[in-house]
Amino acid sequence: MTAGAATAGGGPTVTGPATRRPARRGRWVPYALLAPGLLWLLVFFVAPMVTLGSQSLQEGNVDEGYVFTGNVGIYSEALQRYWPHLVRSVGYAASATVLALLLGYPLAYFMAQKAGRWKNILLVLVIAPFFTSFLIRTLAWRNILSDDGPVVAFAQSTGLTSLLQAVGLTGNDTLLASKFAVICGLTYNFLPFMILPLYASLERLDSRLVEAAGDLYASPVQAFRRVTWPLSLPGVVAGTLLTFIPAAGDFINSRLLGNTETVMIGQVIDSQFLRVLDYPLAAALSFILLTMIVVLVAVYVRRAGTDELV
Amino acid sequence: MATHPSGDLRLSGLTKQFDTFTAVHPMDLVIPEGSFFALLGPSGCGKTTTLRMVAGLEQPTGGQIHIGDRKITHTKPHQRNVNTVFQSYALFPHMTVLDNVEFGLRRRGDKDAKAKAKEALELVQLGEVARKKPAQLSGGMQQRVALARAVVNRPDVLLLDEPLGALDLKLRRQMQIELKRIQQEVGLTFIHVTHDQEEAMTMADTIAVMNAGRIEQLGDPATLYERPASTFVANFLGQSNLLRATVAGPGDDGEVLVKAHERLLRVDADHVPATCTEILLGVRPEKLRLGEHGGPNRLEGRVTDVSFSGVATQYLVRMPWGQELTVVQQNDGSGRARRGDDVTVSWAAEHGFALDAAQAVDAGVEEEG
Repeated sequence: MTAGAATAGGGPTVTGPATRRPARRGRWVPYALLAPGLLWLLVFFVAPMVTLGSQSLQEGNVDEGYVFTGNVGIYSEALQRYWPHLVRSVGYAASATVLALLLGYPLAYFMAQKAGRWKNILLVLVIAPFFTSFLIRTLAWRNILSDDGPVVAFAQSTGLTSLLQAVGLTGNDTLLASKFAVICGLTYNFLPFMILPLYASLERLDSRLVEAAGDLYASPVQAFRRVTWPLSLPGVVAGTLLTFIPAAGDFINSRLLGNTETVMIGQVIDSQFLRVLDYPLAAALSFILLTMIVVLVAVYVRRAGTDELV
Repeated sequence: MATHPSGDLRLSGLTKQFDTFTAVHPMDLVIPEGSFFALLGPSGCGKTTTLRMVAGLEQPTGGQIHIGDRKITHTKPHQRNVNTVFQSYALFPHMTVLDNVEFGLRRRGDKDAKAKAKEALELVQLGEVARKKPAQLSGGMQQRVALARAVVNRPDVLLLDEPLGALDLKLRRQMQIELKRIQQEVGLTFIHVTHDQEEAMTMADTIAVMNAGRIEQLGDPATLYERPASTFVANFLGQSNLLRATVAGPGDDGEVLVKAHERLLRVDADHVPATCTEILLGVRPEKLRLGEHGGPNRLEGRVTDVSFSGVATQYLVRMPWGQELTVVQQNDGSGRARRGDDVTVSWAAEHGFALDAAQAVDAGVEEEG
């Protein structure tokens, strides 16, 4: 070692820093790239969460101001008063997610595997609703489903309204101001979030695998069940999460398309914050919703076993 | 029509037309049960389309497909007792190797699926990787899994679509021997599609050389090589020296005299198409000798290029009329020539073959490789 260093002369001192410097610079690069995003999350996610958390533990009223008292009891009070809204929100969001999956999967499959040169046009059409505001589009649904509109007339003449009424999705023989309208609105508004991840995973699906399944005696139904579906599961998981999570917290659809019996938790939080001005209750409800979604999603992702895939 | 009680695969007038392009012209072919058959041709010659029609992955626009007496022309792929080893292997990435091999048996409700699948994996010497996912295996191993997955179903016909195309040369040689062994062991009909003439000749009992949607020639490898029926086959299977010549008349001992560039040459009479007078006289490079000991046919020329490749040396010899003949000599200790030497090239009458001169001399040349 010493002999080597002696014969090499000044070699090591020259090459040493030269080889080490890029490595040291390289070590900083990931952090430098992460920094803006982390800063953003710190300011716009962590800070509001902390504020919201402390707000939920305050007592007082708007006129005299709120003071932090560590009132944990607000959480049980909120749960007691609003558990039906929480359950309803999860139920509506889950229904909308299932509907969006049923509608979105065939469409995404067609776009990814069969559409050929129409692929890009169809993709643009799927994203097109985002060019106008969420609120405007939901308001438009009020017009479409209005009691004297053609959709209701058609639904009445085909017996759809009576069917919906019989299964309890609507209260009378119209469509608006009902569970049905709220779930349809949620499905419509979040459908693109279902289609895009499904499309991405189905687009990657090698059609030769489906061909191979057919070659190995799988009927088209079996080939779908054994090959196409399992290979598209990452897209299904991503799509259902992207649909379910925002749908569970949504407050526009239930307000514009529902009635007093279809109030969702997002609508309660909205009105507690902006109308009743009971900030601690609204903040507590926000945290309850957040926790609920995190738990549900964690259970769901574990069950779906995405790590098993490829 | 004769009955075919066995499991022979019969194609009768099988045709595939895509819009304005005819991929496969009406094709008649009988592939005997238990044979190793190769469909050989350059890319785009219709060999893969033919294979896909047999598999049911492509609908023929005309003709019939029978296995024995059963007509399968329009049955769905999953209803045919035919399996394919795909060029891309198409292994299911979300399943273990064993599940992949079991797939076909399970779909048919085989009770012994697991045991048979394990046996098939042993056959391709992959018993120890049964629990792994395909992505964890090397290309050569994946290839063997794909083979096991098809063989395990004991299909009437097993189709191999360029199965060795993605492997490197050494592995390909190994797999050629392996495939041949497995075919002999299981006794299934193998139809092997390839553009590699050496691969086809090494493995197959019978080769159909395809070009532009038609079968150019059908036969065992030796016949195809020694007696090609067209310039395409002569050039696509190995190399050929082709000389323009005219039939001059009958010679001695069942030979025919032909005149090429003012020289009289001899060729076996049964190597000359009966009706032709204008011919292309072909000789394989390794049948030519430098010197006069090769046979009665002699041409003089000058060596323009020498390339040494270990077992053999390849010479280019320029003829007085400008054409260059390729001569391949074994490096067996016999004398060598150098560039610029004037040499005599000779060959025996039985080593020549004559082709109708009304076809392109260089058909099948570029595609070779």
